[in-house]
Amino acid sequence: MALLEIRNLNAGIAGKHILKGINLSINAGEVHAIMGPNGSGKSTLSQVLAGRKTFNVISGEVTYNGKNLLELEPEERAHEGIFLAFQYPVEIPGVNNTYFLKAAYNEIRKHRGEPELDAMDFLALVKEKMKLLHLEQDLLNRPLNEGFSGGEKKRNEIFQMAVLDPKLAILDETDSGLDIDALRDVADGVNKLRRPDNAALVITHYQRLLNYVVPDFVHVLLNGCIVKSGGKELALELEEKGYDWLACQPCL
Amino acid sequence: MSDSDKTIEQFVQSDYKYGFTTNVETDTAPPGLSEDIVRLISRKKNEPEFMLEWRLKAYRHWLTMEEPKWPNVHYPPIDYQSIIYYAAPKSRKPGPKSLDEVDPAILEMYRKLGISLQEQERLAGVAVDAIMDSVSVGTTLKGQLAEKGIIFCSFTEAILEHPDLIRKWLGSVVPYTDNYFAALNAAVFSDGSFCYIPKGVRCPVELSTYFRINAINTGQFERTLIVADEGAYVSYLEGCTAPMRDENQLHAAVVELVALDNAQIKYSTVQNWYPGDKDGKGGIYNFVTKRGKCAGVNSKISWTQVETGSAITWKYPSCILLGDNSIGEFYSVALTNNCQQADTGTKMIHIGKNTRSTIVSKGISAGRGQNSYRGLVKIMKGATGARNFSQCDSLLIGDKCGAHTFPYIEVNNKTATVEHEASTSKVGEDQVFYLNQRGLSTQDAVSMIVNGFSKEVFKQLPMEFAVEAQKLLGVSLEGSVG
Repeated sequence: MALLEIRNLNAGIAGKHILKGINLSINAGEVHAIMGPNGSGKSTLSQVLAGRKTFNVISGEVTYNGKNLLELEPEERAHEGIFLAFQYPVEIPGVNNTYFLKAAYNEIRKHRGEPELDAMDFLALVKEKMKLLHLEQDLLNRPLNEGFSGGEKKRNEIFQMAVLDPKLAILDETDSGLDIDALRDVADGVNKLRRPDNAALVITHYQRLLNYVVPDFVHVLLNGCIVKSGGKELALELEEKGYDWLACQPCL
Repeated sequence: MSDSDKTIEQFVQSDYKYGFTTNVETDTAPPGLSEDIVRLISRKKNEPEFMLEWRLKAYRHWLTMEEPKWPNVHYPPIDYQSIIYYAAPKSRKPGPKSLDEVDPAILEMYRKLGISLQEQERLAGVAVDAIMDSVSVGTTLKGQLAEKGIIFCSFTEAILEHPDLIRKWLGSVVPYTDNYFAALNAAVFSDGSFCYIPKGVRCPVELSTYFRINAINTGQFERTLIVADEGAYVSYLEGCTAPMRDENQLHAAVVELVALDNAQIKYSTVQNWYPGDKDGKGGIYNFVTKRGKCAGVNSKISWTQVETGSAITWKYPSCILLGDNSIGEFYSVALTNNCQQADTGTKMIHIGKNTRSTIVSKGISAGRGQNSYRGLVKIMKGATGARNFSQCDSLLIGDKCGAHTFPYIEVNNKTATVEHEASTSKVGEDQVFYLNQRGLSTQDAVSMIVNGFSKEVFKQLPMEFAVEAQKLLGVSLEGSVG
């Protein structure tokens, strides 16, 4: 059984119909990339999967780990192992990054019936993950995303992902706004977290991230439809030809 | 079901965490206010003549005054003749000398509140002068403090044991003529705390008083007086909880602080009185006058307050910066949820040269709560080189609440520098969703955002108080988001 199974998903925002019948199946151990031009519905898909209430699901089914995902609250989805690396991580002034992450981590542990980690044990875990991602120590003590540069925000997303250790990671344009070094670090982090028992959905409109995070499958999203799916070579083809040649394809 | 079981039952079912009452016999005066009642209070407390005279002068002055109408709060008229002005818990012996002599039911209540005196004394190193229904029931660490010459006792005791100090300082910062509620307090105050730190002494522990309103329909009229002599330092904590009541209860306390040359007083408050139910029924009216006088050169007074309770809060902890180079500070978090109203802020009166003041006010409004910041920065003619910085931030949760800011600035000396910054923000759906996505419930997410917003003020609180304050904000916001 697939980890994530999306069937004929239609969704939108503020009366606008954006996703028009998405079908997608992701198994554990796989990395899927979704590519598409601006306005094709990539971010809508990620927000709907994470459960944001400003978006509304019109029809369709999403099964995650055997559960009806669409019935779950956003925090329940997080407890079940869904992580969204935001395209624009929000600033929460005054809230210490580590304090926040410990609270999130322990919520997830509580849900799994595991004992909460105390401050010392959590700090040890955090230090280990920081080493893995080559992060500056001061990131821990700063307020959550407040005054972070674009690159720092994205690194912080991947850092949170490393600590929370999700089953399904959704990376929404994590590469946008990153210089090449940051891109490599972020990709490196994502690769280190790849395991046979988890999966990732990488949303991007550039091929360059996929040079570093090599996907098993590539899907092209156009006007709210997946119009073409293929292997990693599809990304290269898109890089070369652009999206126009796919414009008249029917939904898959 | 026994009474204590009922009490626990009520406690468990109640929305308000501290909503229970204790079965302590009270010695209660008939309702209403007259010269006879003022005399009764004074007699009950075996006060010397000068106190009775002072109380009577205050009472007669009060009769000539009118309740203030300018605060941005609304409530039905208070019937001052239906209030009981004196209620003292009956102890088995008059004037308990140690905890062993304190009514076990009172100790039990403190245990439920998690402020066991013994525990506090032993573990936290905090000297607690516990006040319930206006009479101190136990004072701790007294011996240790006495060695340093520090006086920390109930007001009643201070009047009897240290009448010269009381005569000298009582009303020296907040005279009975000051305002309506201060006059009322002066006439009928039943007890409170007194603290004197002698010259050059640094008080080794945080002094702490827990207030608790307990008898039905009893107005609370506490009075606190803290005097830090030359070069002295003291940090004072005031924490409050009250049991659930249907009727509104009036609380009109007065706090006076005096800092002489090079002295420093840090006064921290966590106020969590019953705010009333979701529809605004019940709750405490908290009309308090708090003022500090930096009387000496280089003296410093800091007010830090976390106000989450009460149906109505009307208080302006202020500093009179009389001594040259003296410093006044005011750090405040005021939260209003459901139908709570708060009109709070400070006054910084710069009189001496090179006086400095800092104001950081964080107002949080949720539900239908109304939150007003009202502050006065006054630079007098002689206050050459005076400086003030004010920052007033408001955070709104939902769209039915309100935030208001009334800053008053009067500058009479052209060398003065006065800065005022203000901001208003809303808890964003994107912020809540971000935290939801990491596994936090909406309740926890909002609580976290609000705590972050209040951080600058919490930093000023002593450690154990800061933790309590954070929890309190979370509890106070329950039900504010759907």
